[in-house]
Amino acid sequence: MNKELYSPLIFELSQEGRKGFSLPGYTYGETSYSLPAKLRRAEAPSLPEVDEPTVVRHYTNSSGNNFGVDSGFYPLGSCTMKYNPKINEAMVSTAGIAGLHPAQPAQSVQGALCVYRGLEKALCEIGGMAEFTLNPFAGAHGEYTGLMVIRAYHLDRADEARRRVLVPDSAHGTNPASAAMAGFEIVEVKSLPDGTVDVEDLKSKLDGTVAAVMMTNPNTVGMFEKNIPEISAAVHAAGALMYYDGANLNPMLGVARPGDMGFDVMHINLHKTFSTPHGGGGPGAGPVGVRAGLEKYLPSPRVVEASDGTLTVEDGEYAFGRVSAWLGNFSVLVKAWAYILSMGAENLALSGPLATLNANYIMNSLNDLYLQPIPSPCMHEFVFDGLKDKSGGVTTLHVAKALLDYGFHAPTIYFPLLFHESLMIEPTETENRQTLDAFIKVMREIAVDATNNPDKIKNAPYTTPISHPDEDEAALNPILTYRDLVQCQSNTTL
Amino acid sequence: MHPYLPHTQADIKAMLERCGVGSLDELYSCVPGELRLGRPYALPAQKSEPELARYFKTDIGDANKEMICFAGAGWYNHYCPAAVASLMSRSEFLTAYTPYQPEISQGTLQYIFEYQSMMCELTGMDVSNASMYDGATATAEAVVMAVNASKKRRRVLVSATLAPAVAQVVATYAAGARIILETIAEDDGVTSRKALEEMICAGDVAAVVVASPNYYGILEDFDGFADLCHEHKALFIINSHATTLSVLRTPGEWGADIACGEAQSLGMPMNYGGPGLGYLCCKRALMRKLPGRIVGATTDAAGRRSFVLTLQAREQHIRRQKATSNICSNQGIMTLHIAIYLSLMGAKGLQRVNRMSADAAHALAGRMTATGKVTMKYPGKHFLNEFAVETVAPLTADDMLGALARNGILGGVKLTENSVLVAATEMCSPEDIDRYISILNSL
Repeated sequence: MNKELYSPLIFELSQEGRKGFSLPGYTYGETSYSLPAKLRRAEAPSLPEVDEPTVVRHYTNSSGNNFGVDSGFYPLGSCTMKYNPKINEAMVSTAGIAGLHPAQPAQSVQGALCVYRGLEKALCEIGGMAEFTLNPFAGAHGEYTGLMVIRAYHLDRADEARRRVLVPDSAHGTNPASAAMAGFEIVEVKSLPDGTVDVEDLKSKLDGTVAAVMMTNPNTVGMFEKNIPEISAAVHAAGALMYYDGANLNPMLGVARPGDMGFDVMHINLHKTFSTPHGGGGPGAGPVGVRAGLEKYLPSPRVVEASDGTLTVEDGEYAFGRVSAWLGNFSVLVKAWAYILSMGAENLALSGPLATLNANYIMNSLNDLYLQPIPSPCMHEFVFDGLKDKSGGVTTLHVAKALLDYGFHAPTIYFPLLFHESLMIEPTETENRQTLDAFIKVMREIAVDATNNPDKIKNAPYTTPISHPDEDEAALNPILTYRDLVQCQSNTTL
Repeated sequence: MHPYLPHTQADIKAMLERCGVGSLDELYSCVPGELRLGRPYALPAQKSEPELARYFKTDIGDANKEMICFAGAGWYNHYCPAAVASLMSRSEFLTAYTPYQPEISQGTLQYIFEYQSMMCELTGMDVSNASMYDGATATAEAVVMAVNASKKRRRVLVSATLAPAVAQVVATYAAGARIILETIAEDDGVTSRKALEEMICAGDVAAVVVASPNYYGILEDFDGFADLCHEHKALFIINSHATTLSVLRTPGEWGADIACGEAQSLGMPMNYGGPGLGYLCCKRALMRKLPGRIVGATTDAAGRRSFVLTLQAREQHIRRQKATSNICSNQGIMTLHIAIYLSLMGAKGLQRVNRMSADAAHALAGRMTATGKVTMKYPGKHFLNEFAVETVAPLTADDMLGALARNGILGGVKLTENSVLVAATEMCSPEDIDRYISILNSL
């Protein structure tokens, strides 16, 4: 690839007079509409003027500076970077949804609604829930939606004192942030040394002001919360509801269901457990499921099945509100449905245990060199508290960056917050043993170098398109647009 | 086994040995027996690729009917150059995670930076984040952001001319955040200036939210609105659908503090309502109140231009409940769509799109009213590509839309029993309009 010619910003490749579009020359009548001056912008936006081949080379070149699941192993904890099947993408066009306007009459979109309904029913079976909404756009959006369902449930019973949500200190950052957005006060619950929730601490915080307890199970250190029946019983006895953060649902596939654990409301990340691509940060989907009795609070619009099997789109009478203009990131739903059908009941049930096997295999192959703070076995992911031998001063950050030179993505680092040097690894079930062995070999090499030649690790990465970007400078003097960049180009080397 | 499950029986055996357990089940010894599912899932059996393709073709695709689209209501059928889909399907982009590791994510970070730059050009704002979910949630987050920026003020005034679905999402978010929302009445299809003045003078207003084009497609005149807001220390928020920004007076020019809205109109396939993308841009003074991810430029140790996620102290993974928002995943690769689309279209392409859409809509409106079957709901008001009509009795909205639908035309979106919202884009050919008119004439 020619980095010199095509890798600058697309704005820098602009040449006045070039174009990259092809529009029809329709004329619709004799007169052309004229916008009055006071409603018109003063100047045209300063967008690039580029020919199509240049645009294609620019972005193709730039894709070479990226690492995806298709490039290699992505052991990113709590992110479930499993393989994204190609047939899922193909089915979006086969399903014929690209040209469907969301306000079309229901009878003209029965296929699309059938995808929604089919996926919803499948998620009910997998989650042990009574009904799902597929409208939420992402996991955090699902958490927010679920908490608003819980809020509506309590308000409907005129139980207005329930303003607090309990969240374990090991929770994903989105949990407390979502609860705050839904108007709740957050109370943190402590973890025990093994990473599981301190049941006594949790119980001591339960009272008539608690609306819900949010839990991730397995939790963010990869441990199954085995006291969950006791916790659910105590929470329900206190009149509160149980919320399940589905970010770690993958190892539960085929093994256990949140509904059977006593959870009342849950979300699922389709871009994690159900293989839809992460797209460099989205679009995802965060469907929310509820147990029987809470369905009526789910947000509008809803897909409703008539007695003759016809599907329609309606607003719910008791819906807590609306979280999306339409029915969510619809093409993502199509991909997840294609995945479930191509896996089938049997293979879906196998994927949980195989993901767990892969995680335990890596953990048991590295725990002589890396510090394992939590007892075995783990579920789909595990945490190391950095290297065992920290004498060379090599930190988790260094290990993560060193991995990049070997063609592996870094693990999740410095999360969960329970340990100083958290390094969280989640391999997923789609990695074969040769890949895991290669990763283990590299992790061992890095650990050995960390003792014998620590500077080699501390200065990594060496082979990536950039190395050691100055993040402090980025935050101190934010350059957030091409205009900003041009402005400060006179006195920097950017 | 299965194409996505690479483990052979020999692999499983050897790996279990390494783990010191005898079976996969033993790995789950921590899961109490009463919690185990203990049965197969009641789900369909595995479908092979040919079977899956057949199912999606016959059961799904054939049960969907694409229509000639004259509907909008915030979601538009615009042209998209073929190169966009081709480049977006590159798996280095599509299968990447959030760019937390800048060394191997420069591709993602660079296109987000380009996207931010382009959105600032369109809106006339200084700063853009890396996207919100949709135009409705972007507007809701703009409201929450404004209230947070104002510290103690709780009232937010929202124009009645905002799209109902957007207003409902805003109301949902406001309920959670304990924001007092009040509706500014509309006067002949536009925000009532008089009502706004009275309401804002009552004090405690954190923000004012208006839209242009508004729900009825009308281009509103916000002359003096920004001054009025700022005199009362309220932030001014304008919602627009993105395509129109290339020709309309920008939120920046109107003096807005925050610009937000839906960007699906920038050539994204309609996909039955998603994914689109919510854009959220603001003045530099509000930069640290902005929710979501932001990409910034810097240099690396060797002096090379580099892009990184920046100002992360606003975000949930750092600040937890004190974050500006709970947003984590956003619309990700849809920002790449916009960067490629706008690179190919440029300002001239966008102007042409708006010109054609407006000409088509005005021709359609003129010919519709000439049939005598409908009248303009808001005559004399300026619009670009969307307008509202009233049916002349005995014709109803259902009669009109039903007859068009039977002929494969999505004639608009029903507003009331006797009014319809109609949109046109450059995708509507003159023949499509002829057909629309001949059906209307036949009623």
